[in-house]
Amino acid sequence: MDGNVFVFCETDNGKVVDISLELLSSGRKLAGKLNCKLEAIVLGNDISDIEKQISKYGVDTIHIADDSRLDPYLTLVYSKIVSYVLDKDQPQIVLFGASSIGRDLAPRVASTLQCGLTADCTRLEIGDHLERKTKVEYKDLLLAIRPAFGGSIMATIVNWDMPPQMATVREGVMKKEVFDKNYKSEIINIDLSDLISDEDFVIEVLERHMEESKVNLKEAPIIVAGGYGVGSKENFDLLYEFADMLGADVGGSRAAIDAGFLENERQIGQTGVTVRPKLYIACGISGAIQHTAGMDESAMIVSINKDKNAPINKIADYVIVGDLNEVLPKMIKSFHKQAQ
Amino acid sequence: MCPINKKNNRMKPLKIVVLAKQVPDTRNVGPDAMKPDGTVNRGILPTIFNPDDLHALEFALQIKDKIEGTQVIVLTMGPKRAADIVREGYYRGADYGLMVSDRRFGGADTLATSYTLAMTIKKIGDVDMVLAGVQAIDGDTAQTGPQTAEKINFPQVTYVEELIDLGNNEITVKRRLDKGIEIVKAPIPVLMTVNGTFDKCRSRNAKKLLKYKYARTDTELAREEDFIKELVEQRSYLHIPEWNVEDIEAELSKIGLAGSPTKVNKVESIVMKASEAKILSDSQEDIDLMVGELISSHVIG
Repeated sequence: MDGNVFVFCETDNGKVVDISLELLSSGRKLAGKLNCKLEAIVLGNDISDIEKQISKYGVDTIHIADDSRLDPYLTLVYSKIVSYVLDKDQPQIVLFGASSIGRDLAPRVASTLQCGLTADCTRLEIGDHLERKTKVEYKDLLLAIRPAFGGSIMATIVNWDMPPQMATVREGVMKKEVFDKNYKSEIINIDLSDLISDEDFVIEVLERHMEESKVNLKEAPIIVAGGYGVGSKENFDLLYEFADMLGADVGGSRAAIDAGFLENERQIGQTGVTVRPKLYIACGISGAIQHTAGMDESAMIVSINKDKNAPINKIADYVIVGDLNEVLPKMIKSFHKQAQ
Repeated sequence: MCPINKKNNRMKPLKIVVLAKQVPDTRNVGPDAMKPDGTVNRGILPTIFNPDDLHALEFALQIKDKIEGTQVIVLTMGPKRAADIVREGYYRGADYGLMVSDRRFGGADTLATSYTLAMTIKKIGDVDMVLAGVQAIDGDTAQTGPQTAEKINFPQVTYVEELIDLGNNEITVKRRLDKGIEIVKAPIPVLMTVNGTFDKCRSRNAKKLLKYKYARTDTELAREEDFIKELVEQRSYLHIPEWNVEDIEAELSKIGLAGSPTKVNKVESIVMKASEAKILSDSQEDIDLMVGELISSHVIG
């Protein structure tokens, strides 16, 4: 396939967000393998320092629209601009973050362009695909790899006949790395004058603010749970940091809730909620039956405990004997190191 | 923010289509659902009403509670047995149900599915609002809603968590985003996708359960006993329409496998259970080993 690799860069208060920087790094590698250029589309307000922000990730061309009407994000406005740029430049690959914005925008754009879109990828590779029916081999396709079917299978998705090949990618699975701090990008200003009109602004954002999501442990695929052994409410910050990185939720044993380390709604066990996540990471939880009754059907259990003989270790798949305040930072480090 | 108006008879009744999907219950795929070769045994998983779509149905019913005369139509696309979804919709308060079912729709990805749904919505005609769950648990893509919105040329509001206000030709809702919330006012017509954090769907209503118990599609009727056939003939509301490719005037090149740009190259199943606990030290090497195994078995990352 011809064409370059494009990354849609999300901005927040004039700053390109992390997931987009991760995608630029990933896009840089794909462009390297395909021997093509890496281009970015950046829409926002007050983003004139964009080169300083993203050129170093190895971006060859930046398509930019800097306009007060582009903040806050509006689906119709953004999809019109992005569809226009992609239709004009005919890239072979387009990447979006699997964020609330990316997952709102990418499908609308894919529908406009009538192309394929693979959601929530955790790995991207370049490879070949042999079509069994026609025996035709397609070279150098984007292999978009994602969990499916409730996380019980990993599917590799390809699109050889309706370009561009588009994907949304989960935050935190690609590594963000500076490619060359002196890299120079060509800037292309997108002319909005004939592109967007009043009818694209029919949806009005009245209010927006930070607000914690309601806790829903039952549907969490990964749970990081803490017990009395965590020691303090402050020590739970480390569990939250770790959980954020994994896209996990935080829960706790009754002892941790009674000690005031966590809200009631996060209690797991007989008197709390019963959970069956894909992965349960028990930190400083001894594993009284009242607790294990609410989590022993987890598909995979990791126990971090100073006590090698803690009852929970009997049902765990991995047991790390040690202090969680040392183990968790090491796990975070290890994850960053080994994630793609 | 103004409170929601009490039932307001001056407001124009709406025609609302709820997109609902029958899905295998993937939430609790345990080791017993795995075949010896490690693949998922779909056959033993029960089929359910996609959880987010139930919240979408509740949203539609809340609007119906506010605006007299509003019609709620449950639309499902799927194999013949998906008629269960239409009946479930009736039991909970939907006014009409409709199935789109045809072998030729099979193998559709989200683009082909959204085309099929869009053609159906156009065929229904004069639809004011389309509501769907954010995503279906068998795919978790969250793409079909926005793609359908584009194809019927409706604006879209995704991740809706709460109905805030309803006015003439406009609706205000709260959206749940990655890191916070947003309150938006949208014009009608509009398509909205409804989050799992929206109010839980009301239960089945006993009267409606009795009323619609024998609602059947023609395909189902063919295999039913005579008394059910007669009943459906007498009471037309028990007849669930079943539309095919010709009914919605879909182009064959845009449906099913042919209309789907994304294809599966490979599927790997995930090992569900490690056999025995591995006891590790707190050294970086041991931790790297474990994290590496969790990543390579796709448990994380």
